Parts: sequence; C-alpha cells; structure tokens
Amino acid sequence: MAEPGRSGSEPVELTERPEEEQPPRGRLLASVSGFFAEEGARAVVVAMVSTIVFFGVAIALVVSSPNWPKLKSQFFSAEDFSASFPDVLRGFWLNIELFFWAMLVIPVMAMLVAVMRSLRGPAFFPFRLLAVVFTDLFRGIPLYLLIVLLGFGLPALDLGGLPNGVKFWGIAALALSYSAYTAEIYRSGIDAVPESQRSSARALGLTQWQALRFAILPQAVRNVVPALMNTVVSLQKDVALISVLGIRDAVREAEIYTSRTFNYTSYVVATLLFLLISVPLTRFVDWFTGRDRSMRSQSQV
Amino acid sequence: MTDDSPKLVLEGVHKSFGDKQVLNGIDLAIDDHEVVCLIGPSGCGKSTLLRCVDLLDPIDAGSILLDGVDITRKGVDANEVRRRIGIVFQSFNLFPHMSVLDNVTLGPRRALGVRKAEAEANAMELLERFGLADKADEYPNRISGGQNQRAAVVRALMGDPDVLLLDEITSALDPELVGEVLSVIRGLAERGLTMVLATHEMGFARDVATTVSFLHEGRVLESAPPAELFADPRFERTQQFLRRVSEAGRL
Ligand SMILES: Nc1ncnc2c1ncn2[C@@H]1O[C@H](COP(=O)(O)OP(=O)(O)OP(=O)(O)O)[C@@H](O)[C@H]1O
Ligand SMILES: [Mg+2]
Repeated sequence: MAEPGRSGSEPVELTERPEEEQPPRGRLLASVSGFFAEEGARAVVVAMVSTIVFFGVAIALVVSSPNWPKLKSQFFSAEDFSASFPDVLRGFWLNIELFFWAMLVIPVMAMLVAVMRSLRGPAFFPFRLLAVVFTDLFRGIPLYLLIVLLGFGLPALDLGGLPNGVKFWGIAALALSYSAYTAEIYRSGIDAVPESQRSSARALGLTQWQALRFAILPQAVRNVVPALMNTVVSLQKDVALISVLGIRDAVREAEIYTSRTFNYTSYVVATLLFLLISVPLTRFVDWFTGRDRSMRSQSQV
Repeated sequence: MTDDSPKLVLEGVHKSFGDKQVLNGIDLAIDDHEVVCLIGPSGCGKSTLLRCVDLLDPIDAGSILLDGVDITRKGVDANEVRRRIGIVFQSFNLFPHMSVLDNVTLGPRRALGVRKAEAEANAMELLERFGLADKADEYPNRISGGQNQRAAVVRALMGDPDVLLLDEITSALDPELVGEVLSVIRGLAERGLTMVLATHEMGFARDVATTVSFLHEGRVLESAPPAELFADPRFERTQQFLRRVSEAGRL
C-alpha cells in the first residue's frame, strides 16, 4: 500500500545531472545534425530537392498572380523598407524595453501568487483567497482589454502616488495578465511534486515555508521550465499590443508610416523584427524541451 | 516524569478520513530503548498511526505523549516535536534535486540552524557508518534503492531523534537489497534507539522487536514479546493473520 495522501504512484524521478553528460553546445550540434544523421547523404539530397521544389512552386504561384505587382509595391517595396526601417527599429527597442521590464516582474509576482495559493491551514485562508481572485480576474480579462482599461483608465483617475505614464500601466497590464498565467503554471508544477516529498520535508522539522522553499519549489520549477519558456515567447509578441495606448513602439511607428504613405511595407519591417527575436527563441525552447525530456527519460532508472 | 515512565504513549487515539474510521482508540506504551513492531493486514492503519505520531496528520481524539508531554495539545510547536522524532517512509523520499549529502544535512541546517561545515562533518560520519560515504555527492536517482533507503535512515537520524519511526522501509525494495537495510536497523536496535516500525517482514520482527503489536480494525488487538506472540497468539484474529502470512512464505 502507498502512504496516505498519495494515489499509490511512485514519485516521478525528476532529477537530472547534466554536467557530466555532454556540454550543451555539443548537444545542440548533435541534435541539428541528428536531423539527417540516420538516413545519410542521400536523404540530405532528397530533402533539399523536395524543399526547393516545394517552395519554388509556392513562390511561383504567388508571383504569377495578376495582383502580385500591386501587392509587391504595397508590402515589399525596397524604398519604403529603408525609409520606414529607422523609425520602426527605434520603436522596436521600446518593445524590447517593455519586454525586459515585464520579464523582471512576472516571475516574481507569479511565484508569490503560486506560493500564496499553496499554503495550507486555516490561518492562510485569506492568502489563498487573494491568490484565487487574482488569477481568476487577470486570466479572465482579455489582455487587450486589460491594457486599454489600465492604460487609459488609471492615468485618467490621476491617483496620487501612482505613476501616470501610459508606459507604466501598459507594463502593469502585461505583468498582471502574464503573472496570473505563470502562477498557474507554477502551481501545476507544485501539484506535480508528490505529497510524500512535502511530508518528508515537514518530518525533518522544516516549517511549511522552508519545505516549499527547499524541497518543493525547486522540483516544481524544474517540472515546468518548458511551459515557462513558451510563455516567454508568447509574451515577447504580446508586448506589441501596447501600441494601442499610443506608445510609439514598432507597431505604432509602422502604423504612422502607413497612414502617411499608404504603403504597408513598414508593417512587414515590424513583423521581421519580431520574428528575428521569436524564431530563435522558439528554436531554443524546442531544443531545450527536447533535451530536458531525453535527460529525464535517461534518469528513469 | 520518572525514569521508568514510557518514552512514547498513545492513549485512545482516533483518526478518520471522511467517514472511514482508520484508528479507533489506539493504546500503546513504548519504553525507552524498546523496538516495537506493528503488524497487521494491509489497510489496518499502520502508516496512519506513524504519521499521526510524527504530527503529519492531526488526530481526532485521544492523546500522544512524548516523554510524558502531550504533543497533540493545542499550542505545541509541531516542528519542534518533529525534530525529536525521525521517520522513514516506504518509498524513497529523498529529495531528487539534491545530493545525498544535501538531503541529509537539510534538516540540521535549516530546522536546527547547524552550521554547514558542522552538519556535513556529522553527516559524513553517519554516512560512513552506513557504508554510504562514497555516495555523498551522488543524486538519489543514481544510487540503488537500498542505498536510497539507507540514506533516508541517515537523514532521519541526523537530528539525533528520541524515537525513530519506520514505515515498511523494505517493502519497495528488490529482495536482494532488503538485507542491507534490515541490518542497518538491527544495528540501531542494538545501540538502544527507541523505534516503532510497521513491517510485513515477520522474520525480522521476531528478530529485532522487543514487542510486537497486532493492529486490527483500528485498535491494538494484542501486544507481546515476539516469541510469545508468534508462538502463541491469544486472539483468533491474530492467529488467522499469522497463518495467512506464513502461507505466503513470509514467516
Ligand atoms: N489521506 C488519506 N485519505 C483517505 N484515506 C486514507 C488516507 N490515508 C489512509 N487512508 C485509508 O486509511 C486506511 C489505513 O491506511 P494505512 O496506510 O494507514 O494502512 P496500512 O496499515 O499502512 O496499510 P499497508 O500495510 O498497506 O501499508 C486505508 O483504508 C486507507 O485507504
Ligand atoms: Mg502502510
């Protein structure tokens, strides 16, 4: 029989010992070349040819369309590209800055909420309640609405002591919404740690807080690293929503350019800039998740 | 408190989960240096009893006295009590993200405020004694089940507990690893550590226990020295249980 409180399942072994195994860089290269490794050289040739044919046909179809010249001049014009690039890039730095601040606030606020929610005992009821209200509220409001409400509403209230800047409230909206999501991710990680681990920690005489801090949270965070990293990718894009507040970020700059010239190339510039960050980030997350998974299956003795 | 008063006393301990009455008036007195083996069919409440003694589950009624002091009373610092009682569970509950040494020193360092160097010196001494010195820097998933379980015993012993509780600590082990863990427990018994252990290993209970207590329907049906209880159980229930166990080849 298992111990009470555990549904009979053995604790999942989550440990990993990366150091001795292979330096990460070696693994990255290995996994890229591993893409083709098994099939050998012929497979590489087949893959290349079919890729060229596939994309060649796709591009040919687009370019041969009767509307292509018009589309090209409106969305892919070289002059407009270089004309709008400096402004959009400057705006993009603002996106990066907002992303940076949000990234500083979110992990901390989310952890706070998750910990509050997993405290036990009647004395902590108000904390749990607060955490539940927080997550329900900020997960329930569409991010766009939250940005508008906070960004236009709160500065208008002119509350003493609080910053009035639209930028501040934009970041606050992002941080609140993403903290609510991230707190739930943390919480799922905490719940995945077997109950017996908590018992073991308490049995050592650790306080509830110490048990969380030293025994539960390190395992919980490790459980959810891939999910957290996906959230980062999505945050990086959602930062663009702040442009609704009139902040001159990349999207706003693109919009301004378009309204002046009736040419949409500036939006393509903004798109490319976002892709420049999010694609490598996504690749990294995929690689990391794969590595994480293979390491866990190795450690399952 | 006098010297010959029992170390640990359970008086009318009741515990239920929902409608299910698991402990139904447990009475038990355990003297210093005694080794009490709890036996009984699966689900009779052995684990629950041990968890209640370590205050991991609150009891509904009755009292538990450690050195004559009721530890289930309101206002008792549960963390303080847990530091005086060690417990080892059935499945290895070392923390997987920490090395053996960190696992073993976590309690002393965080709960007792012992300095790192001192805690590690103590830990190494104990690990040495249990043949684990060379595993100090390993992670739990890199060592065998038996080594895990011995490390868990070391961890429970680090605070120098008054009483050690062991919950079927060999039942999740491969048969060839059971011996090494049992011999560790035997060694502790010889050193006079007060222990309460739930076990299905009747041979071991006979060997190491000073008292064997048979649990039935949430009560201690009978308690006696092993020679007596195994040879000549007083109750029909006990006989039945022992017969079933011996048919299963575990006696
Ligand atoms: N947290 C819990 N919630 C609900 N029921 C529980 C809980 N813990 C234990 N029980 C129930 O209490 C009863 C006694 O469980 P316990 O684990 O103490 O038995 P046991 O004697 O240790 O059995 P085994 O020999 O199989 O380990 C069982 O019926 C079990 O289902
Ligand atoms: Mg049990």
